[in-house]
Amino acid sequence: MKKNWPLWEVFVRSKNGLEHRHFGSLHAADADMALENARDVYTRRNEGVSIWVVESKHITASNPEHNGELFEPAQDKVYRHPTFYNLPDEIKHM
Amino acid sequence: MSEEQIKNLEEQFEARIVRDDKIEPKDWMPEKYRQTHIRQISQHAHSEIVGMLPEGNWITRAPSLRRKVALLAKVQDEGGHGLYLYSAAETLGISRDEMFEQLHSGKAKYSSIFNYPALTWADMGAIGWLVDGAAIINQVALCGTSYGPYARAMVRICKEESFHQRQGYEIMLKLSEGTQEQKDMAQDALNRFWWPSLMMFGPKDDESPHTAQSMKWKLKRKTNDDLRQQFVDQTVPQAELIGLTIPDPDLKWNEDKKGYDFGPIDWDEFWQVVKGHGPCNKERMKARVNAWEEGAWVRDAAMAYAEKQQERKEKQAV
Ligand SMILES: [Fe+2]
Ligand SMILES: [Fe+2]
Repeated sequence: MKKNWPLWEVFVRSKNGLEHRHFGSLHAADADMALENARDVYTRRNEGVSIWVVESKHITASNPEHNGELFEPAQDKVYRHPTFYNLPDEIKHM
Repeated sequence: MSEEQIKNLEEQFEARIVRDDKIEPKDWMPEKYRQTHIRQISQHAHSEIVGMLPEGNWITRAPSLRRKVALLAKVQDEGGHGLYLYSAAETLGISRDEMFEQLHSGKAKYSSIFNYPALTWADMGAIGWLVDGAAIINQVALCGTSYGPYARAMVRICKEESFHQRQGYEIMLKLSEGTQEQKDMAQDALNRFWWPSLMMFGPKDDESPHTAQSMKWKLKRKTNDDLRQQFVDQTVPQAELIGLTIPDPDLKWNEDKKGYDFGPIDWDEFWQVVKGHGPCNKERMKARVNAWEEGAWVRDAAMAYAEKQQERKEKQAV
């Protein structure tokens, strides 16, 4: 019998008020073990207050080769940025 | 893909690296880039893991609780470093098992320094001070490397390394303030670890055929000789400060280059150790292979348990 432990992605919230951030990955037999291993591998110095683990195979990732088409819709929409709008100089904060 | 297309992609790729764009796992990359990175990152990971052995050997014999918790934490960190690096290598398409297989079969190398024995407690001082010191110089240079997962692992590792070196130097400091016997022990450890530490930076520049390519990919930011010089210049005053003597009769300050000149390195010894004939190569490999083989039933049992739990959950859900 030879079955490798699956790969998990680890996300850590470093303190309350901040989002979880991808920290890395590790192998574990199940979710509980993944959490414990994540604690030992990625938070040995109080780097986190909350951990998420998700099996890597459940992540759907965009393909960078299609970045052109995927992100094209946002490319020509300068009017989504504040600098697009002309205001009189007297207006200091807006 | 036609040859023309590949050439095009390669040019775009090299241009990205020049403008400091990071390469991420799913990006297109030349096959040579992938293979070189798999080799370097996995060898780096192996070095961290094998590096746990000489120090692990002293945990139970640490002279005080303070030293024991520090050494334990350091060795655990090295295990962590290995894990960061293995998972960085895995993003390039090699499995963890393949990497272990390469290590255990002797196909993959690891840093030669770990094939030297740790004979006395002072070696824990010398290793932290010199070996981690040399590793830090290599690793800081890699924090800006072009492959994203490798660079991120390096940043995390560098943050953790500084305590490793400090606890080692502190051990040497304390011994050098101690009895004559303790001083001798510290000096002896320095004598044995000095030259192998200089070898950690790799062959001389004119005998290091991959330097140009590695510089281009930012796998190297400085040449082996430059890094070695940096190490000597920073370490000599540290030795003087605690009254230890660098075991090199040719060592001399050179005012013109604002650095130390040092004697010739015994490269025959270096290649002997790389080829597997160092004092501990066999012992280190045996320890790794044993750990892997004797742990197999634990890995299998954990997997079987996880599958059973999963089945149970699925049945309950019906
Ligand atoms: Fe390390
Ligand atoms: Fe270290």
